[in-house]
Amino acid sequence: MFGNTPGLTCARDTALSAFRFYVPAAEYLEESPLQFGQVSTSAQISSDLFSTHSGDLSTPSLPSVSSQPVPLPFPLSHGTTTLAFIFQGGVLAAADTRSSCSGLVACPAAQKILPIHSHLVGTTSGTSADCALWKRILARELRLYQLRHGRRLSTRGAAKLLSHMLHPFKGTELCVASGFGPCLFYVCSDGTRLQGTLFSVGSGSPYAYSILDQGVEWGLTVEEATAIGREAVYRATHRDAYSGNCVDVYHGLFSRRSLRRCLSLQPRS
Amino acid sequence: MEYLIGIQGPDFVLVAADNVAASSIIQMKHDYDKMFKLSEKILLLCVGEAGDTVQFAEYIQKNVQLYKMRNGYELSPSAAANFTRKNLADYLRSRTPYHVNLLLAGYDDADGPGLFYMDHLSSLAKAPFAAHGYGAYLTLSILDRYYKPDLTQDEAMDLLKKCIEELNRRFILNLPSFSVRVIDKNGIQELQKVTVGAAKLERAPYSQT
Repeated sequence: MFGNTPGLTCARDTALSAFRFYVPAAEYLEESPLQFGQVSTSAQISSDLFSTHSGDLSTPSLPSVSSQPVPLPFPLSHGTTTLAFIFQGGVLAAADTRSSCSGLVACPAAQKILPIHSHLVGTTSGTSADCALWKRILARELRLYQLRHGRRLSTRGAAKLLSHMLHPFKGTELCVASGFGPCLFYVCSDGTRLQGTLFSVGSGSPYAYSILDQGVEWGLTVEEATAIGREAVYRATHRDAYSGNCVDVYHGLFSRRSLRRCLSLQPRS
Repeated sequence: MEYLIGIQGPDFVLVAADNVAASSIIQMKHDYDKMFKLSEKILLLCVGEAGDTVQFAEYIQKNVQLYKMRNGYELSPSAAANFTRKNLADYLRSRTPYHVNLLLAGYDDADGPGLFYMDHLSSLAKAPFAAHGYGAYLTLSILDRYYKPDLTQDEAMDLLKKCIEELNRRFILNLPSFSVRVIDKNGIQELQKVTVGAAKLERAPYSQT
């Protein structure tokens, strides 16, 4: 697919592995996202970064990992409070901004609500690096889907795709995310995928749930919904040691289908 | 934590499952459906480890549909149950076994109704009544005592309600509502959900109106 461009020698035939500039872009683009990130224990795949391998997409086997699940290096916790709920004025998501690292506040201004594209946002909890990585992988796969099929993948489809991509990493508590467009899903690395109207994730989630269960109704106005989302995160940051600093609030409308970041406030203290 | 129950009558099978989707101590969802429709007259009820349930059940569901597309007729409940058991058994001794407990309920036009109990160790048994979960310890003896092979659909419903009341009385966890479906020669019908305890809440659980 790189063709016979006159004047350029094809580098793929050289024996020098260090100079293999041939990037199998077509195979890479067609590679199933479900194969991504699987640790290969067999010696078939060479260690060369750009080696080609046959995409084994045709065998109808159960989507289970073919290698040993990657063990955790140390116990991970989800030091965060994020929440999202649907109401008549659209979708509201709120999260704290504290990024902690075993007792130390690594960053007081982390962004835990990550826009994936103009109609989809994910709230994340777990290790920050993994969350950032999976957000980018999901954004890439959604864009590829859009290019291949000419339409945007629905939120339900994006949640299912993320859930299947996380399946090989089951048991590592990689990243717990809830993404929304016009609807709301909770996706967890242990394989759970739930559609709902109200979710909260992270170590501060029980505290947030109790506030949300008191006041969330379908008929809230945007201001009321913002207030209760902010209050829930604030109360959680008060009680949970690993949540704190500011509150990010995102609001998305059903009609005007794009999202805007409302405010980033200091919690009342 | 989760509870499944099935009762087979002379020409129907009544199945019920709780509606709670939990994550450690939190109820994430109050209206979660644990039944998967394999075909017009077969239901698969699936509980167990979080991601395994949906992955495995959807895999079985799609394969049963594929069989119908390829061959033009549907798998019988007994065939579907054995196919499911075979898949569980194949993965049992691999590094990634599927930890799921299943009830498969179906109506065969030739053989009549059937209820199949399957375990995470890939055991398979055709039974007149069955239950999964901690709640099974409390309700199997009620089923033993009151079940008769020729019970009517109303009697089966009463028996189900007896079991659910017992759970409400003695089980340590709160299972407020149960989905109930019945399979007979006309297919799968959804009956009204059985709710206990939740009706006493001042505010109902938040769901989209």
